[in-house]
Amino acid sequence: MYLLLADWLITLIEKFTLIAVIVTTALIVAMYSTLAERKIAAFLQDRIGPDRAGPFGLFQPLADGVKLFMKEEIIPATSSKLLFILGPMLAMITATMTSAVIPWGSTIDIGGRAVPLQIADINIGVLYIFGVVSLGVYGIMIGGWASNNKFSLLAAVRGASQMISYELAMGLSLLAVLLIVGDLRMSVIVNHQIAHGWNVLYQPLGFLIFFICALAECNRTPFDLPEAENELNFGYHQEYSSMKLGFYLFAEYINMFISGVVMATLFFGGYDIPFVNEAAWGSHWWVGLISFAVLMMKAFGFIFLFMWIRWTIPRFRFDQLMNLGWRGLLPLALINMLITAAVVLWLNTK
Amino acid sequence: MQSLTNRNKQVERKPMTFAERMYLPSIFKGMAITFSHLFKKNPTIRYPEQKRTFPSVFRGVQILNRDEEGRERCTACGLCAVACPAEAITMEGAERQVGEEHLYREEKYAAKYEINMLRCIFCGLCEEACPKDAIYLTQTFAPSNYAREGFIYGKGDLLIPNPVTEPEAYEKAKGAIGKEIK
Repeated sequence: MYLLLADWLITLIEKFTLIAVIVTTALIVAMYSTLAERKIAAFLQDRIGPDRAGPFGLFQPLADGVKLFMKEEIIPATSSKLLFILGPMLAMITATMTSAVIPWGSTIDIGGRAVPLQIADINIGVLYIFGVVSLGVYGIMIGGWASNNKFSLLAAVRGASQMISYELAMGLSLLAVLLIVGDLRMSVIVNHQIAHGWNVLYQPLGFLIFFICALAECNRTPFDLPEAENELNFGYHQEYSSMKLGFYLFAEYINMFISGVVMATLFFGGYDIPFVNEAAWGSHWWVGLISFAVLMMKAFGFIFLFMWIRWTIPRFRFDQLMNLGWRGLLPLALINMLITAAVVLWLNTK
Repeated sequence: MQSLTNRNKQVERKPMTFAERMYLPSIFKGMAITFSHLFKKNPTIRYPEQKRTFPSVFRGVQILNRDEEGRERCTACGLCAVACPAEAITMEGAERQVGEEHLYREEKYAAKYEINMLRCIFCGLCEEACPKDAIYLTQTFAPSNYAREGFIYGKGDLLIPNPVTEPEAYEKAKGAIGKEIK
């Protein structure tokens, strides 16, 4: 009985530490993504970028954070105050919540205990991610609605319709992966890829669709219509100031990081190192850390790709966006899923 | 209608081909172009640390000249103020007293001489108008300031260092003019 309690307590501590570490990691990565974005934008445009705050501008995110905190906080008189405050909170919470089911690495051995680097290995992992990601649109919707500003509302409506349209194609492209793996559990998906090769090899089209939809879900260029400055002034966060605005901007970068990790997990073998059999290394404590580092490298690769795309491609028009989503990606994803299903069925009955 | 240059181009309004409608090839092309810029040398000059060299005809902040004995050349004739199209120059003349011969070259001098650097357009007409070689445009420009008052340059800001008492500073300031002066 006591042993059980002790075990339970240790698990609790373990999980809380893991949550703290992962949320902190996500926040730091998001923080430095803002610097990386500006630096990459600068390099792609033959500029230098921010380099005044600290060596290579490394303290720039801190300076930005301090600046945002120091700014005057304005809540418009005509806004609905509760929802106005709730908006950025929701955006931030949903952005960080997704990290719960992602396997961040293999297991770490601490004192004979195998500690899995995953907060919750629930059996509907993928569904959970999708549930939380689609909640993310509420941050934009509520913020835009509560601002009581035409531009914000327009942006919020755009954001909602865009997310709903692209979630369909995203889900369908993911179904094909699930057909191959046969499980919704994130850890099983990763282990399957370690055993049978990365999913992107079986599902290149599925990955492409998923990637394009992820861009749309993160409101990144070329699908950044909810914050199209030249059409909607500043989009859904136009009335926001100070750290509430900071939360919205921050949530976008966390979303970007998380979607990079999700893509790495679903299509690029998660924490798997290509062409290396990590299982042969035995169960040292550093194996888990290396696997975590590998996953981070893959995620950073995706973040770079997101930024690279942002500073290359102009924004879609809204009708083009809807056209691409409903008439392009959705049928493609459907066909992709049907073909995968047929092949899987054929292989299984053979 | 006949066009003026014959360089106008007819806009193509053909419907896009399938490959074009896929977007992806042109997207990859564009991304390759931007990626190549990652490795290009950037032309940035990091201003406060690095400064670009100006051509010798560059017109910057004015300097009030002295003669070889360190006396102010300006006689407050007002020709520069008249020539100034931006009306940036104001001055007040005064008569030289006995015992001030080592300060001012001629019997009249500028007790107050101000140029508003926010008004000045750096055309160089003051330099051309001056019959006494008292004002020159240098190859430096007015640094930024927090207050408008800071841009009104008085004699203290404009006068060249005295060649007799501070020869080094004088040579440096003379070098900043970038051309031969009297």
